[in-house]
Amino acid sequence: MVKAPPWDERVALYLVCGGIAGGSALLAFGAQLTGRDALRRNARLTALGTASVGALALVADLGRPERFLNMLRTIKPTSPMSLGSWILAGFSTGAGLAAVADLDRMTGEVLPLGPLRSVLRAFEAPAGALAALLGAPLAGYTAVLLSDTAMPTWNAAKDDLPFVFVSSASLASGGMAMITTPTAQAGPARALALAGVAGDLVAAQAMERRMDPVAAEPLHQGRPGWLMRWSERLAIVGGIGTVAAGVTARTAPRASRWVAAASGAALVTASAFTRFGVFYAGKDSAMDPRYTIEPQKRRLEARRRAGITHDSITTAG
Amino acid sequence: MQRLTAPDAAAVGDNPTADAHYEHPHARKGFFTDTSICIGCKACEVACKEWNRNPADSDYELSNSSFDNSEGLSADTWRHVAFIEQDRGRIEAARESGRALVSLGMPRIRPADVPTTAGEAITTAVTGGMTGPLSEVAGRPPAGLPPAPDLGELDVLSSLGGGPTRPEDAGAVDTTPPDTPEFRWLMSSDVCKHCTNAGCLDVCPTGALFRTEHGTVVVQDDVCNGCGTCVAGCPFGVIERRKDGIAQPKTERSAAPVTPTGPGKPEKARNVGVAQKCTLCYDRLVDDQTPACAQACPTTSIKYGEREDLVSGARERVARLHAEGRTEARLYGANPNDGVGGTGSVFLLLDEPEVYGLPPDPRVPTADLPRMYARAGLAMAGMAAASALAFVLGGRQ
Repeated sequence: MVKAPPWDERVALYLVCGGIAGGSALLAFGAQLTGRDALRRNARLTALGTASVGALALVADLGRPERFLNMLRTIKPTSPMSLGSWILAGFSTGAGLAAVADLDRMTGEVLPLGPLRSVLRAFEAPAGALAALLGAPLAGYTAVLLSDTAMPTWNAAKDDLPFVFVSSASLASGGMAMITTPTAQAGPARALALAGVAGDLVAAQAMERRMDPVAAEPLHQGRPGWLMRWSERLAIVGGIGTVAAGVTARTAPRASRWVAAASGAALVTASAFTRFGVFYAGKDSAMDPRYTIEPQKRRLEARRRAGITHDSITTAG
Repeated sequence: MQRLTAPDAAAVGDNPTADAHYEHPHARKGFFTDTSICIGCKACEVACKEWNRNPADSDYELSNSSFDNSEGLSADTWRHVAFIEQDRGRIEAARESGRALVSLGMPRIRPADVPTTAGEAITTAVTGGMTGPLSEVAGRPPAGLPPAPDLGELDVLSSLGGGPTRPEDAGAVDTTPPDTPEFRWLMSSDVCKHCTNAGCLDVCPTGALFRTEHGTVVVQDDVCNGCGTCVAGCPFGVIERRKDGIAQPKTERSAAPVTPTGPGKPEKARNVGVAQKCTLCYDRLVDDQTPACAQACPTTSIKYGEREDLVSGARERVARLHAEGRTEARLYGANPNDGVGGTGSVFLLLDEPEVYGLPPDPRVPTADLPRMYARAGLAMAGMAAASALAFVLGGRQ
């Protein structure tokens, strides 16, 4: 009755990468402003790396990858895919410039940049700011991309999915920084991860509670059901580990570093599970026509009971 | 700037060509598919495939779903004839649900009384020409069941004047359709709806999908990059991305594809990897030709023309069927106030839309886009604020 988009795991991978990249750019910008050099560098490299992997995965998933530039042929507000392409392009430019500046510093200025080096340095800070500005949009627009479809589960989640996605992006980017960055500089990453865990648990619950019960079913069944359950467990475990790593950061720095890395890995996995779970659930909801028919019949009936009879697609004449 | 919300019907009327800003006003073209006179011959499917050089769907596999082996619309099948087999319970339910629509305050139609004697005569006529188990079922209900109530005329062909209408003629005719009070086939040729507010067109990021001067929605094959967003955006499951395929016919089941016209490689399907769907034969419309399916339809079940005329004709047809007691007849897509602003392809159905594989209350997802953007904006602001707060609360170095 409705058809699932021809997107495979590469698009789900992009959903994960976009979230990590967006949150990392925000962390990098904060570190840039507060002088946390290691966090800034690591978060910038993470942002560029994940954005690149995500963008390549997206292009590879196209039916005609050689035409990927057509994505920037027009700016179309009715198309989340169009706006998202522009967000990704702008983000990648900013995150790329900032990361290359740090990469150049890291490698002892071996790149033969010549006079371009001073240009790069001049644009480094504004580039970091641009990436940070587009960070949250990159992490969250994909929720609109999924909800602005006729896939019953994605569409029914439209009010709360953005909150699930930005929370998931926050905990994943915080977790990634906890893996890459020494505990002494990772305080803000831990704080962001904890905010993400709290937001994720609340938003995911609210989403499933407020959705049409039939349209929510695919989130509980089969593969997406397993992914969503384990995503919640891993987020809780990762959150507890994050607190432990923060508490022991001064007293037992070595142990704290290991706990932080393990918690970070749990959080990144939790985020990946959330996004793969939502992705599969939406595709599953297109397979069985009852997910389309039952919610639609119910809302049509409800309108008719309320005396609204002018807006049905079926008419007596 | 594109509009973000579905304009209300009063602003644009139900003609989206105004919205597409063509220099001259154009009439909106469309289809009216009257399923009550469809005989399921699939000439439309064949004509569409031929004209548009669409690839074969499969290796001639049988679906075991009545006579429906193409199963639905797809990138390669732009007309699809559904076959639905129904028993007496379903027929009565359909009649009842149609009656309920009338009593909802839809345009008032007087349900005419079909004289009982005439109804009985027709029932006899239908069953009289048949032999075998079906006539037994229809003519003599099994013991224990009440006799079949008079359901009026069910013979779809008689409205064309082709079926037996008098008992004495019936014996001479052996092509009686199998429709009886106990059984009917619903046959319906499905097609792209060419919505007033088209989900596929709204979400297309490249501008490959566009609104033509005829008010239809068409893919520009050379612009589409196959992102697939339109597939998810369509509330009717019409548009699809074309996989690989061979456009040439195969000569026998499980035979390798060959070129019947001569040596060389078989012709590769065009437009592999891009979104494909009915164009309402845009290339034929340019030359004032009728779309291939409508031209091929032998019973005029598929009518092509200006949408306004088609809809008024469709309303008359429903009124006539209702007057004959066939209250199961109803229109699908003729209402400019529905969730997609009305469709360019209007259907006359004989049961609930979901029976035909059509959504009962489709809504273009973009209608809710402003709200989705607002919610997402709030979430994004929250994420940025959380990041700022993380650096405030995240401790000193």
